[in-house]
Amino acid sequence: MSISRRAVLTATAGFAVAGSAKAARPDPTVLTQDVITAAKKEGTIAWYTADDLVLATQVSKSFEAKYGMTVQLERSGAERIYQRIGQEYSSDISAVDVATTSDLGHTVSWRKSGWLAPFVPAEAAHWTDAAIAPDGLYLVDKFTLVVPGYNSRLVKAADAPKTWTDLLDPKWKGKLVKAHPGYSGAITNETYALSHLLGWEFYEKLAKQDVLQVQSATDPPMRTAQGERAVMADAAEVTSLRLIGQGAPLVLVYPGEGVPVVGVGSVLMLKAPRPNAARLFMHYLASSECQKINMEQGSRSFDNTLTEPASWTPLSKIKLLYNDPADLAREAEEIKKRYSQIFGV
Amino acid sequence: MSLSLNRLARGRTIHFDLSLVLLGFAGVFLAFLVLLPLGWLAVFSLTNESGAASWSNFAALGDASLFLHPFLTTLGIALCVATLACGVAVPLAWLVARTNVPFRRTLRGLIMTSFITPPFIGAVAWVLLAAPNSGLLNQYYRLITGAGPFDHLFNIFSAEGIVFVMASYAFPYVFVLTANTLDRMPYDLEEASAILGGGRWHTFRRVTVPMVLPALLAGFLIAFLQAMTQFGTPAILALPAGFHVLTTKIWSLFQYPPKTHLAAACAMPLLLVTILLLRGEKYLLGRRGFTMIGGKAGTPQLTTLGLWRWPALLAALFVLFVTVLLPNLVLIRASMLRTVSDPWSLQTITWDNVRLVFSLNNTVSTLRNTLIVGTISATVGAAFSVLIASLTARRAVPGHRFLGFLATAPAAVPGIVLGVALFIGYTRPPFQLYGTLWILLLAFLTIEMPPAYQQMQAAFRGLNPELEDASRILGAGRLKSLVSIVAPLLKSSVAATWCFVFIGAIRELSATILLTTSKTKVISVLIYDLNEGGQLGGIAVLGLVLMAVTTVVVIAANRLANVGAMAPER
Repeated sequence: MSISRRAVLTATAGFAVAGSAKAARPDPTVLTQDVITAAKKEGTIAWYTADDLVLATQVSKSFEAKYGMTVQLERSGAERIYQRIGQEYSSDISAVDVATTSDLGHTVSWRKSGWLAPFVPAEAAHWTDAAIAPDGLYLVDKFTLVVPGYNSRLVKAADAPKTWTDLLDPKWKGKLVKAHPGYSGAITNETYALSHLLGWEFYEKLAKQDVLQVQSATDPPMRTAQGERAVMADAAEVTSLRLIGQGAPLVLVYPGEGVPVVGVGSVLMLKAPRPNAARLFMHYLASSECQKINMEQGSRSFDNTLTEPASWTPLSKIKLLYNDPADLAREAEEIKKRYSQIFGV
Repeated sequence: MSLSLNRLARGRTIHFDLSLVLLGFAGVFLAFLVLLPLGWLAVFSLTNESGAASWSNFAALGDASLFLHPFLTTLGIALCVATLACGVAVPLAWLVARTNVPFRRTLRGLIMTSFITPPFIGAVAWVLLAAPNSGLLNQYYRLITGAGPFDHLFNIFSAEGIVFVMASYAFPYVFVLTANTLDRMPYDLEEASAILGGGRWHTFRRVTVPMVLPALLAGFLIAFLQAMTQFGTPAILALPAGFHVLTTKIWSLFQYPPKTHLAAACAMPLLLVTILLLRGEKYLLGRRGFTMIGGKAGTPQLTTLGLWRWPALLAALFVLFVTVLLPNLVLIRASMLRTVSDPWSLQTITWDNVRLVFSLNNTVSTLRNTLIVGTISATVGAAFSVLIASLTARRAVPGHRFLGFLATAPAAVPGIVLGVALFIGYTRPPFQLYGTLWILLLAFLTIEMPPAYQQMQAAFRGLNPELEDASRILGAGRLKSLVSIVAPLLKSSVAATWCFVFIGAIRELSATILLTTSKTKVISVLIYDLNEGGQLGGIAVLGLVLMAVTTVVVIAANRLANVGAMAPER
């Protein structure tokens, strides 16, 4: 089933508002041989990313194979990446070339600090407008969802939760695993969306369910597949779809109340120590070749030349909840604080 | 001034002794190592974000969820760990040191191998073993008893679980201390008591216990301090269970934007408790210490266990099985499975984890960083502790006491506190070292200096000064006799110290976690990153690599020094 142009437009409606952009969007940059040559001379690119580790590794490997360069891959949670870059920049260390975050709120503060360079790779020019920041300071090069799910060996489909509030059923006490917004950008998106949709009472009740509190949104699907917990309260769809593809006994649930959308944005750092390699890598991230790899690893894509696997639930059948990056940026601190108070960590 | 100098020079044969310069250098360096970061720590705890003096950080410690609750949890856990560790280690030490239990030497050697496994890797191994549902032990429990799918025997994500894992890795320290004391204990005192009519129990109570008590107390304290200041194990086990200990709380304050002032204030009580405990130990030992001169009173008389020696051996083997063999086996198992709870079969075995770990090119640079900084720390640390021990043990220079104090002072600074202090001290001019391997080197040197120095000092004490004196009389300077007389004699001790610092450095996590950047990442931090991402299989692979590297390095260093195992100094 092909992802329709219309569905994509709907999906991305939420990312567009971010740029209180005075600068107009820069013209798309076409990749030239000069850039490739200069990039190869630089030899390396440092990529800090919140992507799923396996996805990021695949992307790095294929970039390395294609250009004979090295990708210094620093994979962590979006909130950790944000912390790392903040710490390094405040100590005058500019090590990162390209950063990828699953909390677009970060782009707001980075933009404010003047750390980003505008860049629109021509490969993304045909994507929906919403995937590109109005001032060109970030590119939403993929997106995923945060969904609950369960281990089909431990839970029968009839008993499984169908909605977010089903997770509050006492029968799931001690059987849930959940990721943390202090680490994961995806979960920050979720916490923002659901605390507004269902109120903080939802989380207060969830905290009484004895959840296994892990950090990364990529972890609940792994723990659930292991059978450590029967139900995942929240999971990155990207990792879940990859594991399901490998035969893991996971079933995803798309609650009718709405499903938080996680825009995963990449930025080119203004002070990138290897500017040409960084630009080449941005081109690569937007290329159909890379988008195909992303999709093979379970990520949704704006590249409408690609077809999603038939086994995936099509976006058109999901009620999507979008977050405005400006809102995320404004409330992130408060969300994390409140969450820690409720869950104890 | 110049006049008096001239007179001094005329008064003596002009023989410039380099050791005075060295003393000055060593003193300044040690002071710099400790005082600069701790000074910054104090300043930060007493100022607010804008740099103005303020009590607000300490006032904030009254907040239950920020400080009080984690702090009390930490103390409770540490107390349980120390008790449990002593409860296991002391009987075990008695068995191998004072009874005729079979294979005593082998047992002792095997217990030493548990030093190879860093506690945080042990914690991950125990997640694989005793997570309530996927843990192997619980799976077997359900298989054997036919219990329901969510019933479990163990839950490692709990305070009890943390206590158990920490005690598993603390008990060898208590064991070594107690066993060595029992070895050295002159049995003629016990014999004298027996001759004078003291019964077995009486002798045990009035002679043996008082003589072992200092070691026991020291062991208890080490276990307590370790449990109180550890970061890795609680981060891996307590956070999933939904509670903080103090170290994880301090670390969480570094979420961007880092609340360094608050973190500094939170670190102060940890520092204070450590200092108090160490002072308390000194006080107690000062009163209870027994000089065991003339310890070479022949072989100690071994208690004959009769038939009981077989159950005793079994009990000792069981402890080893649980603390050493089981965790390492489960790591090997997990390293080869895609889903770590799967049964082991031809279908489930995969190289995915190995491939994943080694396709991350930062694994290679991380390993390189680890080896570089480990080797330099070990070399500088061993050389430095030889130097200082030679100055203090021979009372070579005025102020040697102060040197000894400076070298042991960092023992009172928990890793995470040092991490906070170094982070504050070296992210700003004049020494902007954050983002370089230097800051890690400083951290490791500071942390490993006290045990390294103590080890070398003990070695010097066991060395008759006559040899050095002879060399000095024959005209050699202090440095020359150090190099050509002392060094060869102390080769094995130096190698042991080198290994000690190396192992300590490459497994350090609590300070390191705050001090690395992407470029200066070391293997312990990479393992921690993988844990946050839930990559248990990848951790198993890296953990095994780390332990293999450790083992190879230890064997090589000992071969070079031409000694056997890394035996504790006698």
